[in-house]
Amino acid sequence: MAKPAEEKADNLTIEKDVGQGLPPILDDDSFGNGNRSNGGDSDRPINSAVLAMLLFIGAEVMFFAGIIGAFIVLRFGANDWPPPGQPRLPVVVTGINTAILLLSGLTMFKTKRLLKDWHREKILHGLTITALLGALFLAVQGFEWTRLLGFGFTLSSNIYGTVFYTLIGCHALHVLGAVIWLTIVASRLRMNSPAYSANNHVGIKLSGMYWYLVVALWPVLYGLVYFN
Amino acid sequence: MSEAAAVKDTPIEHAHQGFLKTYIFSTDHKMIAKQFLLLGLVMLMLGGGLVMLLRWQLAYPDKPLPLIGISETYMETGETETAMDRYWDEQFSKPEKEQSWIATRMPAGVISPNFYNTLFTMHATIMIFFVVMPILVGCFGNFLIPLMIGTRDMAFPVLNMLSFWVAVVSGVIILIGFFVPGGHAATGWTAYPPLSADPTWTGVDWGQNLWCFSLIFLGISSMMGSINYITTIINMRAPGMTFMRLPLTIWSLFIVAILLLLALPVLTSALAMLLFDRMAGTSFFNASGGGDPLLWQHLFWFFGHPEVYVLILPAMGIGSEILSVFSRKPIFGYHAMVYAMVSIAGLGWIVWGHHMFQSGMNPALGTTFMISTMVIAVPSAIKTFNWLGTLWGGNIQFTVPMLNALAFVSMFVIGGLSGIYMASTPVDIFIHDTYYIVAHIHYVVFGGSLFGIFAAITFWFPKMFGRMLGSKLGKIHFWITFAAFNCTFFPMHILGVGGHMRRIANPLQYEFLQQFEGLNIFITMSAFTLGMAQLIFIFNVFYSMFKGKKAEDNPWKANTVEWTAATPPPHGNFAEIPTIYHGPYEYNAPGIDEDYLPQTSQATIATDGNGKQ
Repeated sequence: MAKPAEEKADNLTIEKDVGQGLPPILDDDSFGNGNRSNGGDSDRPINSAVLAMLLFIGAEVMFFAGIIGAFIVLRFGANDWPPPGQPRLPVVVTGINTAILLLSGLTMFKTKRLLKDWHREKILHGLTITALLGALFLAVQGFEWTRLLGFGFTLSSNIYGTVFYTLIGCHALHVLGAVIWLTIVASRLRMNSPAYSANNHVGIKLSGMYWYLVVALWPVLYGLVYFN
Repeated sequence: MSEAAAVKDTPIEHAHQGFLKTYIFSTDHKMIAKQFLLLGLVMLMLGGGLVMLLRWQLAYPDKPLPLIGISETYMETGETETAMDRYWDEQFSKPEKEQSWIATRMPAGVISPNFYNTLFTMHATIMIFFVVMPILVGCFGNFLIPLMIGTRDMAFPVLNMLSFWVAVVSGVIILIGFFVPGGHAATGWTAYPPLSADPTWTGVDWGQNLWCFSLIFLGISSMMGSINYITTIINMRAPGMTFMRLPLTIWSLFIVAILLLLALPVLTSALAMLLFDRMAGTSFFNASGGGDPLLWQHLFWFFGHPEVYVLILPAMGIGSEILSVFSRKPIFGYHAMVYAMVSIAGLGWIVWGHHMFQSGMNPALGTTFMISTMVIAVPSAIKTFNWLGTLWGGNIQFTVPMLNALAFVSMFVIGGLSGIYMASTPVDIFIHDTYYIVAHIHYVVFGGSLFGIFAAITFWFPKMFGRMLGSKLGKIHFWITFAAFNCTFFPMHILGVGGHMRRIANPLQYEFLQQFEGLNIFITMSAFTLGMAQLIFIFNVFYSMFKGKKAEDNPWKANTVEWTAATPPPHGNFAEIPTIYHGPYEYNAPGIDEDYLPQTSQATIATDGNGKQ
């Protein structure tokens, strides 16, 4: 630990003196609470990292607004939807899968409520279950995709395939990213990383916020894409 | 600041950092600002150089360029006269694949039509994404936000560094595009499909792909920057720095960060779809495959119009700042200025259709967009009249930044007024895609944003580099630029009304445009003068950086917080976090002896008993 501390001597001098009633910042969490070098502003309305995460989610929502907008223009501009001769999308299986993802949102909600009282074991448990449910969702999606590809239904086969794989694929990539993030958070928590403690668990909170984003996006995409 | 806080907040010991951490991978917002400035100035020279070639072609279509083209003797007799003649002779004897970079784009020094397309595409792309955005938002956002709100650095310094280096990656990708087979992107900066969606139409393959990748990276860089700016402004203001005490520059950057954060992801999604169309065989924008070319236009301009305000709003904030300082008067209608910027930014989201009047839109929809666009004239006029109100009766000091700020206001008014013509659908049908729009965009982006950049660089130069920018060269640069700018762009209104289409390589091939040959030559000569004048500016900046007169802490006697920091500000900016007692524009306030009142001063302004000054 001595060496990184030396390297960060500059930041340390800033940070160690200015806590002012806020939880201490941990050196090895550069995202953490941001650089709270500002002496006077202890009563800021919102944690910097949480605010930044909210803004990032705003940008993500605009990205999905772009592709959902494209879907709406193309779907309602088409004469036949779905185009004739196309395989039926697996509505029921994906419906069950939707329930799985929504359930993971619920487990995340329960986990986040444990943060305040810092039940470390229970939090770890909750994060693991959430990540596993996310991975299960991805596995079912992947299985259905391979079946669809088996029918010759690909990204470039026609506009129906294009919007299907783009929208669902973008979401799947986001779920994958979120699962990886949760896995990292959970394993750091398991190894008793000093990054998370009863006073400072903003890192866990952020991963939960992102999880909510991918869960909340899904029903919209499911409704739009799967129900013609 | 409370006693306790004053004791707790110790100035930062400047630990010695190596060259890499100080100059390259710095997390100090001031160094990142300088890096963005350098990036912007280098790209400014490149973007300017491209347009010089372009203007040559428009004035003297299909004639060899001076110096590098073939000589007349060689053209007539076939005998090599100059060194370049021998060079071209050698190039033409080779098979096409082995010819040099220049010979494939400008054979014999004549700009080929395909290269002409690349020139106007890359001129716009570079100027918008790699000059105005890095300098106004990247450089001045980084430099001014922590200093003006009175804090030590950005909320996320590492993210800030990443934001710059992702922008560099994006810049490198766009530069590589010039050297790939098939040439660089050549479908205009708007990259309308189907032209841009299929390599077979233009012959441009990797050029357009790299263009898309570069802008996606730039979008990521901007997103990181915006998140940082917004978080910093909301969370890190010095004690007493309420939102309504923020300098207008900070307000403008705050609003711009929100616009960038929400607009760029839409462009990213469109670029991803375009890349899919080009590389994965999809047909988002290809009507024959069930797609819709208009979809691109909707997505692009949904990003594109907020982007226009990204380019102009920081200049508005900076202009307000400088007009107030050098009029020695409070800004006229501070609150109105803030609300005007907010409403311009808000309205900017619902006007994108005015770029598409000619694209085959439902006329009823066109009328809606026409009205929403014209409404923007109201907040813009509020700003303009408030600037005039600030100047009225002021004790005006014609310093170099002030001259540039005045040019910004007057040129922005011309650009704004010509915008109203284009907002009107019946007029737009006539002037759409002519030089009228070229004149308009340059009055706004050069006359507005770039004069704003000149004003900002000359104004904050002493604080950035600790030395004064040479004012004699500054004035020479300003007057040549101002005159040459108007000689270049004003006649373009006439060309446009005369029906001169934009984006054509050779106007002389149309009989009805031959009458404009003289005007085109005049514009080109003015453009060359304008280009040369910028070299004076670049020289002045780099000369003054090392040899300029040492600057005092507050050379302009301005109120805002950055002028209370040491010059140049050390790592951590302030010896002690300042406390703010006043608004930013209290010049010549009653009951104050001096004609300015720093925001950190504890002196009270005299009032008449009703709380009014």
